[in-house]
Amino acid sequence: MSIPNLTPIYLDNNATTRCAPEAVTAMLPYFTEQFGNPSSMHSFGAKVGHAVKAARTSLQKLLGAEFDSEIIYTAGGTEADNTAILSALKANPERKEIITTTVEHHAVLHLCDQLEKEGYTIHKLKVDGKGRLDLNEYAKLLSDKVALVSVMWANNETGTFFPVVKMAEMANAAGVLFHTDAVQAVGKIPLKLKDTAIDMLSLSGHKLHGPKGIGALYLRRGARFRPLLRGGGQERGRRAGTENVPAIIGMGVAAQLALEHMEMENTYVRALRDKLQAGILAAVPHAFVTGNPDDRLPNTLNVAFEYVEGEAILMLLNKQGIAASSGSACTSGSLEPSHVMRAMGIPYTAAHGTIRFSLSHENTEAEMDRVIAAVPSIIAQLRKLSPYWGENGPVTDPEKAFAPTYA
Amino acid sequence: MWDYSETVKEHFYNPRNAGALPDANAIGEVGSISCGDALRLMLKVDPGNETITDASFQTFGCGSAIASSSALTEIIKGKTLDQALEVSNQDIADFLGGLPPEKMHCSVMGREALQSAVANYRGEVWSDDHEEGALICKCFAVDAVMIEETIRANNLCSVEQVTNYTKAGGGCSSCHEGIEEILAKVLAERGESFTAAPPPEKKVPGKLTTLERIRKIEQVIEKARPNLQRDHGDIELVDVDGKTIYVSMKGACSGCQMEAVTLGGVQAQMIEALGEIVKVIPVKATAKLAPNSLPA
Repeated sequence: MSIPNLTPIYLDNNATTRCAPEAVTAMLPYFTEQFGNPSSMHSFGAKVGHAVKAARTSLQKLLGAEFDSEIIYTAGGTEADNTAILSALKANPERKEIITTTVEHHAVLHLCDQLEKEGYTIHKLKVDGKGRLDLNEYAKLLSDKVALVSVMWANNETGTFFPVVKMAEMANAAGVLFHTDAVQAVGKIPLKLKDTAIDMLSLSGHKLHGPKGIGALYLRRGARFRPLLRGGGQERGRRAGTENVPAIIGMGVAAQLALEHMEMENTYVRALRDKLQAGILAAVPHAFVTGNPDDRLPNTLNVAFEYVEGEAILMLLNKQGIAASSGSACTSGSLEPSHVMRAMGIPYTAAHGTIRFSLSHENTEAEMDRVIAAVPSIIAQLRKLSPYWGENGPVTDPEKAFAPTYA
Repeated sequence: MWDYSETVKEHFYNPRNAGALPDANAIGEVGSISCGDALRLMLKVDPGNETITDASFQTFGCGSAIASSSALTEIIKGKTLDQALEVSNQDIADFLGGLPPEKMHCSVMGREALQSAVANYRGEVWSDDHEEGALICKCFAVDAVMIEETIRANNLCSVEQVTNYTKAGGGCSSCHEGIEEILAKVLAERGESFTAAPPPEKKVPGKLTTLERIRKIEQVIEKARPNLQRDHGDIELVDVDGKTIYVSMKGACSGCQMEAVTLGGVQAQMIEALGEIVKVIPVKATAKLAPNSLPA
């Protein structure tokens, strides 16, 4: 008997990525010899200031922004999202409405829930079964009462794109600021923000092989803005606080690398993802892809395995060295399965069994083969335990055959 | 990843008594599909002496739900129905070497399945009396429904009261915002508005006499006891040596996985009451403490 190959396979790149070794190497001097404060007037500071500017240029290129001063460093995607939303409200105090969607990241949704408690009106655009928006519904909501539209570029769970370029134009025509949480999209798809009407965009360093704790807000020149943090004059007074220099340098290198790997994302990574999807769906009955398979990130595959629960799947995958994530309630410690799955109307028996495989250019075809080989028996093993599953398939009329007293 | 015990993992990877039991004569089906768990418990009961001769389960759920189901079947096999009904969800959790607070509902589901199966055998209708809400207090696994109902039933109006009645908020205190939100909602129902209690007066450190100090320490211990006794535990003051307070954990508290949390809470209250930094250290009460036998 051969020894099972347990070299770990990392397929959770939408959660976080491995920091590129080139980024780490570039960062290290900025902890020690290049320790100066970029705001200082002496040579210690000046050198660091130049490096911070160079990183800004790398991000500008990755985003296709017109000016490097349109980049504001933040502590991550969440801070960028919060800054954008709160800035729009502060800058337009007479406007009390926000338009967003039901499937945003919690960094946007939970802030909006809080703002609702404080008296703002939050319009959450619904999605259909494939996670798509109704632009007619959106058009009707745009008015001079709306302070901001905040719509994600690509969904973190399903990878499904929203037509943000078009939506930004619609907002612009109605005189409404437009923000997009592009944390999952930046580095995976080519961007040219200078040709769009997008006013603000959030990104995160660690989603694109940069370090954690660093991100940025793109702010179109001329877009009205009010800072979240006030203090020193860093970031041209738009985000006070001494710069996290090593992380900024690391994110700059990661942005450069992302631009170099961009084509690979859309050829190599996409092919791996498609192979994984075809392999799993061919071998596992009663499994389907969630979101919109025809319009999504090239690296993301979200599969619902009916009648089994996601955390149990993850534990068995993990036992074989395979790391993925799930939209099941149990993995988050909450009582409800993922809000994204519920918004798309995925039944509970399937929503709890959703598994997200998110790839990067560091994955290989051999890894896909191993995952394709591992998944079918894991699902079969759990289905054998499931009260919804019979000998060779789901029991007849599963919802009626097993109708427990609900607690 | 959850911090599951080795026993939980073992029962998940190798579940005992899984699958259908064709000649079962007692079946209990409970669950909450919205939280991702559902369980069918099947028993074979000897009608002569009401002994459970065989048990099996089918579970749709996470690792700890499957492990709890497996543990339950192992615990109840060979017991009479009356004996089996005495099995508590804590017994199931203990059998598994403990469950994370967020996962205690998995053991509750096991106990409910058992009640439902026994009712099914006896031709009774079992109705669930337990509604579950979002988990608010992670230290003591208290959910929103429990907090809300306790506030309503007892006309509570402060976080401190909620902690005294339910233990929620008595640990790390990071759920106090959540508790305040529930208080505000329930108080609004009865036409009142929630106002946070004024902050406690700042203690002036170093002003207490030794006697006052010991009394304050005793007061903190007395205040902590009812909560612990409710869980069949207790705490006793053993000795005070400068800034170190030695206590003895009794009953269910002794060796409980929450012991560190409990002690941390007591220590925080000591610091608050005394206005100085002190350490609370657990010792075995039986060992008669000689001054130099105390742990350093």
